[in-house]
Amino acid sequence: MKKMRVLACIVVIIVCMFAYSLSLAGSPPAVGGVLPDIKLSMPKDLADKNYLGLGIFGFGSFTIPEIKANVVIIEIFSMYCPYCQREAPNVNQLYEKIEQNAALRGKIKIIGIGVGNTSYEVGTFKKKYTVPFPLFADADYVIHKMVGEVRTPYFIGVKLNPDGSHQVIYSKLGEMEGVDQFLATMMRLSGLP
Amino acid sequence: MKRYAKYMLMVLLMGTLFLTNLFASTAYALSDAYKNNIYNTGILRPTDSVLKVKVGKPAPDFTLKSVSGEAVSLKQFRGKKNVVISFVPAAWTPVCSDQWPGYNIVKDMFDQYDAVLLGITVDNIPTLFSWTKQMGDLWFPVLSDFWPHGGVAKKYGVLRSDGTSERALFVIDKKGIIRYIDVHDINKRPQLEDLIKELEKLK
Repeated sequence: MKKMRVLACIVVIIVCMFAYSLSLAGSPPAVGGVLPDIKLSMPKDLADKNYLGLGIFGFGSFTIPEIKANVVIIEIFSMYCPYCQREAPNVNQLYEKIEQNAALRGKIKIIGIGVGNTSYEVGTFKKKYTVPFPLFADADYVIHKMVGEVRTPYFIGVKLNPDGSHQVIYSKLGEMEGVDQFLATMMRLSGLP
Repeated sequence: MKRYAKYMLMVLLMGTLFLTNLFASTAYALSDAYKNNIYNTGILRPTDSVLKVKVGKPAPDFTLKSVSGEAVSLKQFRGKKNVVISFVPAAWTPVCSDQWPGYNIVKDMFDQYDAVLLGITVDNIPTLFSWTKQMGDLWFPVLSDFWPHGGVAKKYGVLRSDGTSERALFVIDKKGIIRYIDVHDINKRPQLEDLIKELEKLK
């Protein structure tokens, strides 16, 4: 009887731990769904804080829906990924196009998450390609697991609603299909004029 | 009750180990550059060889053929350049495929410390040719230690029992003396800052 009880405990513990691990390992964000609970460290750089509208006194961590914007474009990248390196000037161009357009500036914001990259490695990538938007490190692959361990680069578009809710409007592996086309797709999917 | 607690503890440890292994196998981010052509090796024994060289001792010389055709010897850099040797276990495997492309964008850092990089694997030239082509144009030579199989890896003591090499970094100064050795956990990529810190020390 005692043995049976021990056995039952073993099974329950293993099942619980397995379920917990599975809950950490997500699948790629689905269009129409919501983002996993991604927590990013508050940027130290004041310009990054301002860009994201997080307030200069913010500290600790923040979630993507807290960013002050109508649409957030997230690039999952790695400093070690050849396609991300090749795509870097194009993503910079996308940023410039948004910032130079008075109707889009402040409404569409871009962030990059360097999966498996330390802060130093993300900083190296930022410096190498003069990336003007905020980049975040995910050295221990925590976020990478949450987004289904996608290959890189991977782009996610998120629409932030005035009521605080959000929706994934774009979720795709690979390079952008051209900067103008990508921007037009984001505007169309988010309903921005 | 005591016995019961012992069982519980054992199960907890076993369960943790099992799950750590299960999910650690996916602790890498792969570039889309390789599409679906990367073979998943699963989780491997972190290291599987015995070093034959030491920090502070001369680095054994070698001559290997590079993917671009020329032969490269370690001694050709003596008195001229510091040398970083990066052994990676095998072409077309997950972590290896996302290591050298990172070094490829930091040539300026190597230049700053008057260092060259030599990439070595035990694969043959045609395999290395196809694989490194996916990485873009590499600024450093990629050398094949295929025949006699893993000869240089063996000389340095980084040849694993399955014929692949360790994921290892060696920093050799201009006098040909080994200044740093990192036989890394094969399942993980060494962090760039650790290597750069060692190069800084050469100044």
